[in-house]
Amino acid sequence: MTTATSHATGEVTYLEAISQALDEEMMRDERVFLMGEDIGQYGGAFRITEGFLDKYGEWRILDTPLAESGFVGAAIGAAMMGLRPVVEMQFADFISCAFDQITEVAAKNHYRWGAAVPMVIRAPFGGGIHGGPFHSECPEGWFFHSPGLKLVAPSTPYDAKGLLKAAIRDPNPVIYFEHKFLYRRIKATLPTDDYIVPIGKADVKRPGNDISVITYGAMVHLALEAAQMLAKEGIDLEVVDLRTLAPLDKEAIFSSVHKTSKAIVLHEDNKTGGIGAEVAALLAEECFDSLDGPIVRIAAPDTPVPFSTPLEEFFLPKTSDIVAAARKLAAY
Amino acid sequence: MDLADVTSQIKRADLLHMYYYLRLTRALEDRITALYRQGRIVGGCYTSHGMEAIAVGYASALERDDVIAPFHRDMGAFLIRGITPGEVLAQYLGKRTGPTKGKDGNVHMGDLKRGIIGFVSHLADNLPVATGAALAFKMRGESRIVVAGTGDGGTSRGDFHEAMNFAAVRKLPVVFFCTNNQYAYSTPLRLQMAITDVVERAKAYGMPGEIVDGNDVAAVYLASKRGIAKARAGEGPTFFEFKTMRMHGHSEHDPAKYVPPELLEEWKKRDPILAAERLLIEAGYGDETYFHEILERVKKEVEAALEFAEKSPLPEGPEVLEGVFATDADLSHQATHSRSAA
Ligand SMILES: Cc1ncc(C[n+]2csc(CCOP(=O)(O)OP(=O)(O)O)c2C)c(N)n1
Repeated sequence: MTTATSHATGEVTYLEAISQALDEEMMRDERVFLMGEDIGQYGGAFRITEGFLDKYGEWRILDTPLAESGFVGAAIGAAMMGLRPVVEMQFADFISCAFDQITEVAAKNHYRWGAAVPMVIRAPFGGGIHGGPFHSECPEGWFFHSPGLKLVAPSTPYDAKGLLKAAIRDPNPVIYFEHKFLYRRIKATLPTDDYIVPIGKADVKRPGNDISVITYGAMVHLALEAAQMLAKEGIDLEVVDLRTLAPLDKEAIFSSVHKTSKAIVLHEDNKTGGIGAEVAALLAEECFDSLDGPIVRIAAPDTPVPFSTPLEEFFLPKTSDIVAAARKLAAY
Repeated sequence: MDLADVTSQIKRADLLHMYYYLRLTRALEDRITALYRQGRIVGGCYTSHGMEAIAVGYASALERDDVIAPFHRDMGAFLIRGITPGEVLAQYLGKRTGPTKGKDGNVHMGDLKRGIIGFVSHLADNLPVATGAALAFKMRGESRIVVAGTGDGGTSRGDFHEAMNFAAVRKLPVVFFCTNNQYAYSTPLRLQMAITDVVERAKAYGMPGEIVDGNDVAAVYLASKRGIAKARAGEGPTFFEFKTMRMHGHSEHDPAKYVPPELLEEWKKRDPILAAERLLIEAGYGDETYFHEILERVKKEVEAALEFAEKSPLPEGPEVLEGVFATDADLSHQATHSRSAA
């Protein structure tokens, strides 16, 4: 019998951290099973479940027909009957095909008639990989407006593993947004013991005194890069990684801005109606007296994610955008 | 198909036209694959290698004003409808001269002026859309029809079934097809559906269906002609299952180790281009010298196309912001009505 601590020590990628979390949760709890397109023999489009079929068999690693609404609905049913499904979207973009099941069934079941739906949807999201309009989306905003769903978006291998475990153990439907750009680009050494990262808790990835950058996902790394550059100019950024998008960790957001008095809200999703809009509104409502400058938002423009390299470069927020905004705000 | 059946029903010029497009498709996609391997093309790279006869066959059966909603392995249909190899390569290279001006990549292209509904990644999304185009034609009493397709995997989606049902209920002028190439990415047919012939699905909607050898361009062409004639005559939709085999990986990054090599060996013998050449020789319409000439011609065309694409400008960053909303002027230029009638 293997235990939850069977994974080797040493550096792991963000992608491997996700694999480890799935593997360890499947070992820990036999109710946990996976569904999705090409996750079995092929190991998933991004190879997150490589080797899982041999280890867990075809009733815990279910290759599904190409039918997102069908398998998300099936996950809801199985979850209500005591299982712990984790479904994989091949790309987050295809989650739109399951929109109805997620927002109307999974999200509202418990509120309406008391039936909890403990399930996880993994959604590989985000741009920077030349995927174009249908393989690069940040669809979190669609679900942010649906009470009953929890949304998480880790930025590091540590959080990726801990948040996925927390999501699987949560009694609610959780959409787990994993950033494709980070999959193989960042590494970390993880604890060998079982741990979770609690849902609903933001994390200060870099403490600072001058300006709070409130962000999540791949943008955390841009913010950290900008912070390093600005430190040389004496501008001290605090980088707040939301980690959980719904419910937002308001306390962490407010306490950072109370300290710095200035805020940049940064995300890769389109600007209008995104999570940043809500964060900015909350700051205006709750931190008005502490603010020493306008709330600045940096986000993608309100267009689909374009394919061609110069277009995508223009579209995605850049470190230089953060640096420029921070300089302006610092001078306020 | 039987030689006499082919020569009695398809004109020599039409067969030669199809042969040319089979060759052009292969040459263009081989070039795209080579560019992908060199890292000059980024993103997805899905080809119709070994399945070229389907798109070439059905697109050759259309009239000028008809509309198609192709799926992601229908390069030949894009070409026959008039997207040039230069535009295709520009699209793959993200250039401004591609049909989406760099906003989208690879086979995600369309153009209403040329009767092509733009492909959407989300498989089967365009089948209800095709149904709606057919509805417009029927409501206006036009004799135009729509041909719309998806893969075996795509037939699992609700949108496929919703489109089939609606089209059948209203007897809309649409022809549906499924390119059954036996795999959806790594998923074999047995994990996709509990039937062995996709055509079974048509019965549930009271729609006539036929299985057709997808590697026989003449068979695809004649079947499409039949379905199209029925649709045009107001007799409603038909469903075709084109049986074939995906000979490359899902996208060019995929070595497709999950496909048994014997299966590929078997289907290699049924290569649609070689089959077309055998047919042309038997019919006395072509010989090795002719085939060689065509091959040289399409190679030259593809190289010229690549030169055009490479010389084309990339879009400028701020072009991202253009086109989110249509203007009244955009709409007034939209090719909605029959071009012949205009
Ligand atoms: C709704 C949706 N889910 C997932 C995908 C990812 N995907 C792209 S192609 C493909 C397999 C398609 O199989 P099939 O329809 O049989 O066509 P084939 O590629 O085999 O020709 C998958 C799963 C998608 N494009 N759309």
